[in-house]
Amino acid sequence: MTTPHENASGHNPDRHPMTGNVMSSDSPSEPHGFEEHTYDVVVIGAGGAGLRAAIAAHDAGAKTAIVCKSLLGKAHTVMAEGGIAAAMGNVYADDNWKVHFRDTMRGGKMLNNWRMAQLHAQEAPERVIELEEWGALFDRTDDGLISQRDFGGHRYARLAHVGDRTGLEMIRTLQQRAVALGIDVFMECTITEVFTTPADEGGRVSGAFGYWRESGRFVVFHAPCMILATGGIGKSYQVTSNSWEYTGDGHALAMRTGASLLNMEFVQFHPTGMVWPPSVKGILVTESVRGDGGVLRNSEGNRFMFDYIPEYFKSETAETEEEGDRWYDDKKNNRRPPELLPRDEVARAINTEIKAGRGSPHGGVFLDIASRRTPEFIKRRLPSMYHQFKELADVDITAEPMEIGPTCHYVMGGVEVDADTGASKVDGLYAVGEVAGGMHGSNRLGGNSLSDLLVFGCRAGLNAAYHAERTKDTARPQVDGDEVKAAAQRALAPFSHEGGENPYTIQHDLQDVMQRLVGIIRTADELTESLKEIESLKERTENLAVEGHRQYNPGWHLALDLVNMLTVSECIATAALERTESRGGHSRDDFPGPDDSWATKNLVLTMPDRANGRVQLDHQPLPVMPDELKTLFDTQSEVR
Amino acid sequence: MGYDLKMRLWRGDATGGELGDFTVAVEEGEVVLDAIHRIQATQAGDLAVRWNCKAGKCGSCSAEINGRPRLMCMTRLTDFAESEAITVAPMRAFPVIRDLVTDVSFNYEKAKEVPAFAPTPRDADGRRRMQQVDVERGQEFRKCIECFLCQDVCHVVRDHDDNKPAFAGPRFFLRYAELDMHPLDTNDRRELAQGAAGLGMCNITKCCTEVCPEGIKITDNAIIPMKERVVDRKFDPVTWLGSKIFTRGDTAQRDEV
Repeated sequence: MTTPHENASGHNPDRHPMTGNVMSSDSPSEPHGFEEHTYDVVVIGAGGAGLRAAIAAHDAGAKTAIVCKSLLGKAHTVMAEGGIAAAMGNVYADDNWKVHFRDTMRGGKMLNNWRMAQLHAQEAPERVIELEEWGALFDRTDDGLISQRDFGGHRYARLAHVGDRTGLEMIRTLQQRAVALGIDVFMECTITEVFTTPADEGGRVSGAFGYWRESGRFVVFHAPCMILATGGIGKSYQVTSNSWEYTGDGHALAMRTGASLLNMEFVQFHPTGMVWPPSVKGILVTESVRGDGGVLRNSEGNRFMFDYIPEYFKSETAETEEEGDRWYDDKKNNRRPPELLPRDEVARAINTEIKAGRGSPHGGVFLDIASRRTPEFIKRRLPSMYHQFKELADVDITAEPMEIGPTCHYVMGGVEVDADTGASKVDGLYAVGEVAGGMHGSNRLGGNSLSDLLVFGCRAGLNAAYHAERTKDTARPQVDGDEVKAAAQRALAPFSHEGGENPYTIQHDLQDVMQRLVGIIRTADELTESLKEIESLKERTENLAVEGHRQYNPGWHLALDLVNMLTVSECIATAALERTESRGGHSRDDFPGPDDSWATKNLVLTMPDRANGRVQLDHQPLPVMPDELKTLFDTQSEVR
Repeated sequence: MGYDLKMRLWRGDATGGELGDFTVAVEEGEVVLDAIHRIQATQAGDLAVRWNCKAGKCGSCSAEINGRPRLMCMTRLTDFAESEAITVAPMRAFPVIRDLVTDVSFNYEKAKEVPAFAPTPRDADGRRRMQQVDVERGQEFRKCIECFLCQDVCHVVRDHDDNKPAFAGPRFFLRYAELDMHPLDTNDRRELAQGAAGLGMCNITKCCTEVCPEGIKITDNAIIPMKERVVDRKFDPVTWLGSKIFTRGDTAQRDEV
């Protein structure tokens, strides 16, 4: 096996003095003049989905590489706090995949791809137990089994967790497993293009192009399978829980390669992000605070969520504070408090309270666990939250309430994939995790993301490996040298302008547009305006200029990421304007309720002509659930 | 509320560099990383800095702030007087790539040398059972966010680069201790920790514990117990024999790796 830092021929013309990374060569003897590697499967992204996919592909015998923008173990999965949803039944024996499936579909307002939701609910328990096999140390029940906690929208306590740092446990476990297996990892390496053969030769994946952030040198991967595991899009918003990496790279790569996106109008605003001080605005406050007994109050001290229980969830939500409080200990005879409604409902309610002038001093509402649980309980169950508020806001959450407000957290939309395999419409291109669409419908339940990463990461990894194996006797698709040159030119373009636009300024302006015009509550006028603004930002990016040189230059990296952010933002705004109803993570002020005619439709976005970059939108019927699954739902109207 | 902050940021690469002076407007509640981002956005677009979560959870933005190894995202400006200049330099124990970014590949190489977790078979019902009290020791060590500040401050490598091949450092002593205390692991890594990983070179000055942003008691809870276990293994034939015949309070029988 070659190491990441050897090229395919084992010839290392020019190594970085410190890291030993092979540098690009201008020598004519090197094809394309760039560092090159050949694999069966290349996984783009090293969060939970990417790592799980790589492990699966490797286990299935494929020569596998992971390419990631950051250092290994730093991906956004590390930020996940609450837990992994899996109907293991360790705490409530009545729990099973059918209940989890039903919760997931109802949480997504039935717009989920039913098959993905089914596979997810069925396979999550085994994927969690498997993590233990690789060294994860989950919190335990008294019987010594994996403990499970309550979360919004889940009927039973279902989230496997480690305090409130479950994501860290998950990524470290997967990282250590990948390292133990000897999977090649290309860290701080950004992919800017996925190559395919011409349409008349099947449009098959042939490879990818990227740059080492450290050196700015280029690298070409040859592989018949690429798995996109690049996460989400949140960096296009001003107030977000997402890190700098979340620039929609995979979404945009998929579009440019000829794949399709769906559900892009559905963006999840997590109800509880920090609001003060300004520099931490948007940082996530885990839903576990509410799962463990925390409640929301407005400036008048009212638990306002009781005023926002939608008809759809009335039968399963407590009507009084007393009932809600009893539920934590007795789930059989009581219903869930409304603080644990799905995230879209809670975020909208908070937004309404703030707009009505019943907010907290810094423009949020109060999240109170101090008056409801002992300091010992809070510190044991929520150590990161305790630390985070103490260090960053001088707030002791065991003694006083937190101030919180909605923050952009997750995109339900993503690459349209085959439910069973994770394959996109492009031969050899797979997508998994947040970058894939369909699983969560119009709104994702908390805890269903980590399980999504594991279940579909495993499936996509295996299927990509099978794809490579199936096609191993046919000629591998070849990377076109002209396309490589074009990719290099595009990547270097920002260096060729002088006195052009500052990429940081454009990013700031885009975040402002998305926050203001494509936020939690939308209208036709504002969405139309946002599309105009995005168009003008696109024009401004033609004239981007960056200072300095190619070695570890964040300004240049941002300039390249911006192209993806703009594509994805356009997709979100376009789909949001088209869907004239409110459902899940898409709320229209001018169309306030759900509309049955939209209940069976997906909006699909494609980019037919890469040269002009225009986004095309089509309506597509939702896959129809088989009758035996429909029986899990109470009424016909619920199924629709 | 806001004021103009004076900052001195190290700029350069492997060939050398120097502190550059910047003045940047800052606001209430901000951290060092906010100030650096603003400098990046408005004054020095190519200023190299590594960061991800900006919430103290990923361990990317390690640097030396006024000489002390810290996370830039968790260092509040209110820790300093408004008149005081804040100096930020890259971690000293690792080679500089550019500006505040260092080459931390040493740590990733050391990670490859730790023999993987090797659990006992599952219980008959396909699950595994461990008591909360038994997983808590390991859970403390698994809070590690791999910021590598403990590695940076450890004088065994900080001032003696030639010790690096023979010394894995505090972060990996945590890892050895975590696996050694795992109720279901079947490997005995004590010999390896002492020998190849260089546990014996640590003379417990506790510098690592002092800089850990997660508050992990690296020295008291991982390194010292690990040293004691190594001693048990080496010098006490009864304990050694016992560990071969019985178990050490673990569910698992261990094999030396």
